[in-house]
Amino acid sequence: MKVFSILLLAFSLLSTSVMADEYVIDKKGMHASIQFRIMHLGYSWLWGRFNDFEGEFTYDSNDIAASKINVTVNTSSIDTNHAERDKHLRGEEFLDVEKFPKSRFVSTSFSIKENGEGVLLGDFTLRGVTKPIVIYMSRLGEGNDPWGGYRAGFEGTTELTLADYGILKDLGPASQKMDLFFSFEGIKK
Amino acid sequence: MINITNTKDSYGIVAILLHWIMAILIIGLFVLGVYMVDLDYYSKWYNAAPWWHKSVGMLVFFLLLVRIVWMFTNQRPSPLVSYQRWEILAAKVTHILFYVLLLLVSISGYFITTAKGASIDMFGWFDIPALMHLDKDLAEISGEIHEIAAYVMALLFLLHVCATVKHHFLDKDATLIRILKPNHKEERST
Repeated sequence: MKVFSILLLAFSLLSTSVMADEYVIDKKGMHASIQFRIMHLGYSWLWGRFNDFEGEFTYDSNDIAASKINVTVNTSSIDTNHAERDKHLRGEEFLDVEKFPKSRFVSTSFSIKENGEGVLLGDFTLRGVTKPIVIYMSRLGEGNDPWGGYRAGFEGTTELTLADYGILKDLGPASQKMDLFFSFEGIKK
Repeated sequence: MINITNTKDSYGIVAILLHWIMAILIIGLFVLGVYMVDLDYYSKWYNAAPWWHKSVGMLVFFLLLVRIVWMFTNQRPSPLVSYQRWEILAAKVTHILFYVLLLLVSISGYFITTAKGASIDMFGWFDIPALMHLDKDLAEISGEIHEIAAYVMALLFLLHVCATVKHHFLDKDATLIRILKPNHKEERST
């Protein structure tokens, strides 16, 4: 009996040490954002963001390659600070949020250089279309927070072509692509 | 003297002008509205058409409020003696529906623009501010109400026109005359 409980203890210690740390993106405190920008007529950037999303990631600075992340965005939470445009963007011509209420990113691999610059590959789903994308990441920092938790933060950016995801509305030659910017802080579970 | 207020036999000049001015503006709003929602982003009218639609739309809303006040503070011309009971009832239902739909269309239209705090630029003279913020679901519902109520009103308008034609050309009564001539006097055989 004693041997068995020692074995069990050893096994549980072993298994936790093998598993990377799990983090949940700090949505409650909103230390996270998903923003985008797209050229307006070629003259200026129109910025917007998604207000409602959630995600989790595993990350262990000793085993970077094992890192994983998945994020789900409620597409209807698009916000460009303009009610009429937001309504238009939620409509069929753009995000078609009634038919496609969620957008997802699920990572497939992650690598990071010494300087904290990394490349995150994964499958991105928007408007029901799933495509592999590359997100250029940088690790911003990690450590204890003042309230007894442990946090790690990253930012990333990628470029999407609207037509790839079935958004065929022609906004003009300067507006075929959009940039996405992510910034998120995870709290260790 | 032209009758300002309604009489037992006819509408006064205020009611008549409100009726026809609003009729022209509302028909214009409907046509413009149907036209502008399909405009391409690069169309010359992409910004101007909604600007006119919103300004005229709010003007109609204010005229509607004046008209409702005028309706309640004035006597209603009595139904013509030649009217059937069902005609009086149908007219009443149609008129009430018009008012309800007009209120729905104007208020929902106002919220489409102001849901996030943007104001409505009235003909470039002054701004009508947002009264409240609507969340995205309510903003979406406002859009639905605006469209559906407008199309229902268009159907009701066709009914209204058919009834006018019937009264004027088939029944040959004073229905149309009464909303054109403020001093119409009904001849009574009794």
